[in-house]
Formats: sequence, C-alpha cells, structure tokens
Amino acid sequence: MEIKDNSRREFIAAGLLAGLALAGCSTKKNPFETDTLEEVKPSGVMVKLLSVDGKVIEVDKAFLKPVPELPAIPNDIARKGIAGKKFVMVIDLSRCKSLKKCQAACNHMHHIHPGQNWIKVYPMQDAEHTAPYWEPTTCMHCDEPPCVKVCPVDATFKRQDGIVLIDSDRCIGCRFCMAACPYSSRVFNWEDPGVPEDIAKQPYSCETSVPQKKGTVGKCDFCPDMARKGELPHCVSACPNGVFAFGDMLEDTVTNGSETFRFSDLIRDKAGYRLMEDLGTKPSVYYLPPVNRNFPFENNEGKEEGKHS
Amino acid sequence: MKDSAIQKITEDLLPQKFGKQGKIWVAFLSVLCIIGFIAYCRQLSKGLVVTGMRDYVSWGIYISNFVFFVAISLVGSLITAVLRLTNAEWSTPLTRIAEIIAVSAITFASLIIIVDMGRPDRFYNLFIHGRLQSPIIWDVIVITTYFFISLLLLYFPLLPDLQILLRFKERTNKRLYWLYGFLGSFWKDTPQQIKISRRAVNILSITIIPVAFSIHTVTSWLFATTYRPGWDSTNFGAYFISGAFLVGAGAVIVAMYVFRSHYNLERYITYSHFDKMGKILVMLALLYLYFNVNEFLVPAFKMKKSEEDHLMGLFTGEFAPVFWFAICTAMIIPILILVNRKGRRPLPAFIAGLLVVVGSWFKRYLIVTPTLLHPFLPMHDVPESYKHYFPTWEEWAIAIGSLAGAMLIITIFARIFPIIPIHETITETEQHEKE
Repeated sequence: MEIKDNSRREFIAAGLLAGLALAGCSTKKNPFETDTLEEVKPSGVMVKLLSVDGKVIEVDKAFLKPVPELPAIPNDIARKGIAGKKFVMVIDLSRCKSLKKCQAACNHMHHIHPGQNWIKVYPMQDAEHTAPYWEPTTCMHCDEPPCVKVCPVDATFKRQDGIVLIDSDRCIGCRFCMAACPYSSRVFNWEDPGVPEDIAKQPYSCETSVPQKKGTVGKCDFCPDMARKGELPHCVSACPNGVFAFGDMLEDTVTNGSETFRFSDLIRDKAGYRLMEDLGTKPSVYYLPPVNRNFPFENNEGKEEGKHS
Repeated sequence: MKDSAIQKITEDLLPQKFGKQGKIWVAFLSVLCIIGFIAYCRQLSKGLVVTGMRDYVSWGIYISNFVFFVAISLVGSLITAVLRLTNAEWSTPLTRIAEIIAVSAITFASLIIIVDMGRPDRFYNLFIHGRLQSPIIWDVIVITTYFFISLLLLYFPLLPDLQILLRFKERTNKRLYWLYGFLGSFWKDTPQQIKISRRAVNILSITIIPVAFSIHTVTSWLFATTYRPGWDSTNFGAYFISGAFLVGAGAVIVAMYVFRSHYNLERYITYSHFDKMGKILVMLALLYLYFNVNEFLVPAFKMKKSEEDHLMGLFTGEFAPVFWFAICTAMIIPILILVNRKGRRPLPAFIAGLLVVVGSWFKRYLIVTPTLLHPFLPMHDVPESYKHYFPTWEEWAIAIGSLAGAMLIITIFARIFPIIPIHETITETEQHEKE
C-alpha cells in the first residue's frame, strides 16, 4: 500500500511543478518548462493538491499538466531495491497446461528478441515411470545467486528485496553468468534484439529491463516496476489458470490476481519445494507439485516446435 | 676461448633476413590474420550472431582457443624458470624460444577474450567496476602479471645480445639499428649491470612459477566454479596445469625443429636437446593421462544422472570421434613415439610435438563445449538451431587468425632478435672449455 501512496504523491508533485512552470512563475531556465509555451487561461475549477512539503494547496485545474508515465526509477535506486520487501513466487504445477500466455506476455512487455524466451515451459518427466508435467521456469532470483557471484563488473546484482537484476548499460557480455546459472534462465542478445525504435531510444532501466541491448545478457526480472505500482508481474496477470502467485514473503502473502494465499500455509499444505535445492542456490521461486491436476498432460509441442525452426 | 670461435657462434646466431621460404611464410600468416580481422569486423558490426554460439553453447571455440593459448604460454615458466632453477644448463638455447612462445600466446589469449566479449567497447568496465569476487577478475590480474614477467624474462637476457647486435651495424638496416639502440644502448656490460640483471632474472624465475600456476588454475576455475556436469570437478586445476605443460613442451619441440632446420642451428640445438625434451614430453603426457583418467573414470564409475549424457556423449556419442582423437594424438601416440630412443631424434620428435599441439587444441574444445550442451534442465523453448553448435566461418577465421598471429609474432621476433641467446652460448662454451 505504501508504494501506491508514494507514487501518487510524486505524481501530484510533478504535475504541480509542471503547472507552476506553465503559470510563468519561473525564469526561462526552468527545467520543467515545455517547448511550446502556451497561454493558459484559468478555468476556475480548483483542485486540492498535496505540496512537496506536505501542505494541502489549491491550484486551478488548467495549470496542471498530466504526466503520461512516471519517469523510470534511476538505476542507482533500482540497484538498492524496495526496502522491507522480500519478493517470492509460487508456481502451481497442478494448474499448468502450457498455454504459454505467461511467456507471450513477458516477451511482449520486455520486447525480447523473437525466438528467445525468459519464461520457458518445460515438458518434464523425472523418471521413466513417473508422471509427466509442465514446469514453467522464470529466473529463480536465488538468495545465493551463482550468476552474481561470477559477474566481473557488478552488472548483475542482488537487491535487498531479493530480486536479481541486470544493468544492461554495464554488462560486458562475457556470459560467465550464463555458464554459472544452473536453471538456464539467462539469454543473450546475440544480435540487435529488434526493439521498436521509440522504445529502443529510451534510457535503459534495470527495473523494466527495457530496452534490451545487443551484446548483453537478459533474463526474467520479477517485474519490480510493476511491484512499485502495486501491480503483479506480467506473467502472473496473463495466466488464465492462476499458475503463478506472486507476493511478499515478509507479509506472508502471495496472490495470482484472483486468489490470495498465506504463503507459509500454501507451501506447508501443498508441500512446496524449490528446484535443485542440493546446489544451495536458495531460489525465491517455489513450486507446488503436480497433484490433483486441473488438466491432463498433453504434449503437442513436437509439431509446434517444428514450425519455429 | 679463441676469437674465431666466438665469431663463429656470433655469425651463426645473428638474426638473418627472410629467405624466399620465410617471406612466403610471413605472407601466408599475414593473409590468415587479415581474414581473421575481416571476420572480426563483421562480428563487431552484426554482433556475436555471426558465430555459432547461442544461449546454451554460450562459449565456443573462442574460449577453447583462449584456454589453449593460456596453456601453451605456461611453457615459458617451465623452460626458463623450472629448468633454470634446477640448473639444467642444457636448456639455455631453448629459453628464448620458450619465452617468446609464452609472450605471444598470452598476448593472443588476451585478444581472443576481448573477441569473445559481447561488448568489447565496455572493456574498461573491468577496471572501473571490477569485482574481486569474480574469477574473471582473478584471471585479468594474473594474466597481466604473467605477461609482464614473461616480457621481462625475455628482455633482460636479451640485453647483452642487443649489445652484440649493435656492434654489427652493417648487418642491419637503419630502423632495426635504432630499435636495438632504443632497447639496449644503456647496457654497457659492467659487472654491476650483470649482477643486477642476474638477480632480476633469478627473482623473476622464482615469481613466475606461482604466477604461471595461477594463470592456468584460475582459467580452470572459470569452469570449475560452476555447477555444470563435466566442469564441477576438484581435479580441474591440476588437470589444466599438467595439460598446459604438455602442450607447451610440445610447441617448444616443434619450434626447435623449425628454427633448427631453417636457420641451420644443428650445432646449437642438438640431438641431445630433442632427446631431453622428448623425455620431458613423455613424462608430461603420462602425467596428463593420469589426470584424464581421474577426470573421466571416477564420474563414469558412478554415472550420476546429470553426468551421464555428458560422459556418454564423449565416450560413444556425438563427441566420441574428437574425444578419442584428442586422447590419442595428444597423449598416447606421442608417448609411443617418444619412449623409443629413435623416436627422440629431431624429425619423429617434431611429429610427436605437432600431434601434441593439435590434439591439445581439440582437447580444449572438448572441455568447453560438450558440457554446455548438457544443461540441468533440458534444452527447450528455443529455436532449433540453439540446440547444436558448430563454429561458423567467422569463428574459424578469427580462431585461425589468432593462431597465425601468435606464430607471426614468433617469426618476426626471430627475424629481429637472435632466437638462441648469443651471449649466454658464448659464456657457457667458455665455461665448458675451462672445465
């Protein structure tokens, strides 16, 4: 909840300052000055606003200029993460039928190079006589991240809220992190990722991982920009079956958008586990075993993959 | 010792102009370098997409070539330091050959690692944002140190020879004469200078041994510090070092043979040198074979699930031909050739050395690539081409270009400087005569 308040306050403050600038109470060097300095006529409708120093003030509505998107968090703040949070994800294997809506949403929102995926949905069968199941994987956002350990330039880093991110403006493309990651969750931009021009022009943000850049590594980022807005990662909200639940371990709550669970109860009752526990990487992604499934396992991927190649 | 004898040695060992063969050789290497450079320009403009590497095999022949170069450069420390400190005087004529191989190999090791980077334009980040926790930074530190120590070990013993070169002004052209003067005119052969130089070489010979062990141990740790089957091994440091000494010694034998026959150095690089180097090579090959048995037999005995695909791929699967080729050419055949006294004559020893070098190059490829094709989670949700690796022409051109570049440095060095130390040869001959 706190996040939302903060962002609203910033929104208001930014709008207010823009409005004041338009009203002409500042010199021409004012950074908030817009290119087209139009005459603004007071509309007579007053709006109550919270000023930067916490006072409620009234401003004419006409002086306010809406800011379309909040500017991205600066990368030095993005490196620190959100205080008092420990993000976790729970993936319920009994609900997955490999619709790959998660993957499509993720690819779309992060403008990933076509053919590459940050979320992979594996057809798994642990042994000859065990049951097959679908296993979606994201970055595990390990608490002992092997990728962070090996990065020579601190381009991939672990934040206080548990998220592991990449600074694509710093990455030198040595790919040691890819060799180190046992979950194969990292992908490399072997060529220009083909990001639309207007987005490619934006400065890179560690929190949105956009725009991806040639010669650097990319991976699932747990969408911390969405968390700052108080919203769920794109994969979570895209999944129609509620496979993914995302939340804060310190609040002991995870949600898939329609259902909310107490994290510890969910893990205890459904015997949650993490992947490759024996490696000691301590992932932040938990899995619920594929029991009492919603769907039978049907693998039609062979044909589909043929199309891709 | 008679002046005529000294003159004979000097005459024999002074650098000679390239003959027809030499010119063709230099031109050939230069063409390879240029093709490699063109390929690299393509890679710079299009990105690493011009290579065969993809998300699973994210390290290919660039990295195996890097490991190969680091390995071969270790010979500098073996011949100059280990043999010097054990008073193996016979190795004197080989020191400079070994040291120039070390310097040129380590130079190209650094270059090839830049070639492998996705963003070579951000190379400086290693210095401004370097994290000491990362094995890559360890590698940067020790390789830089090794490069400078090797360079000094090449330079200091060269000083008295530069003095000799400066005496033969009529034998050189203006620019070379200027170079000799620039590098060595301060050397006056005073007892104090000799004393300082000798001490410096002694100190460097001792320091280079731990540094040499470090460069290749750290290089092995680039792999061994990950979880992957085939790399996750405590054997890796020793396995790499023993292999490195082997390929380096092989390369020295090859270089010895080429210089000997091309520059008519039969009096200086003798049968006895090939005999001794041959014995060393047998010992090193046996040692490397021992570490290979450790590296493959122990996991193969257990056949853990995660290792199984990787190991079977090497033993009987898609990599089996290369695997057995490498084992045979880098170890078994050279051992069989060199255990016989007749096999340690120059020509067979040269062939054995060549086999070691070629086999070792493929061995490095097998260390890097097959492991990456066997990740913990199956290869999935990627384009079909991501599931295989075969180097593209650009990769081959760059890899071959870098090998050619290293040989070009060695060739040009031998054109400019005496490849066998003149001064040391004279003093040692004098000593022998006194005895």
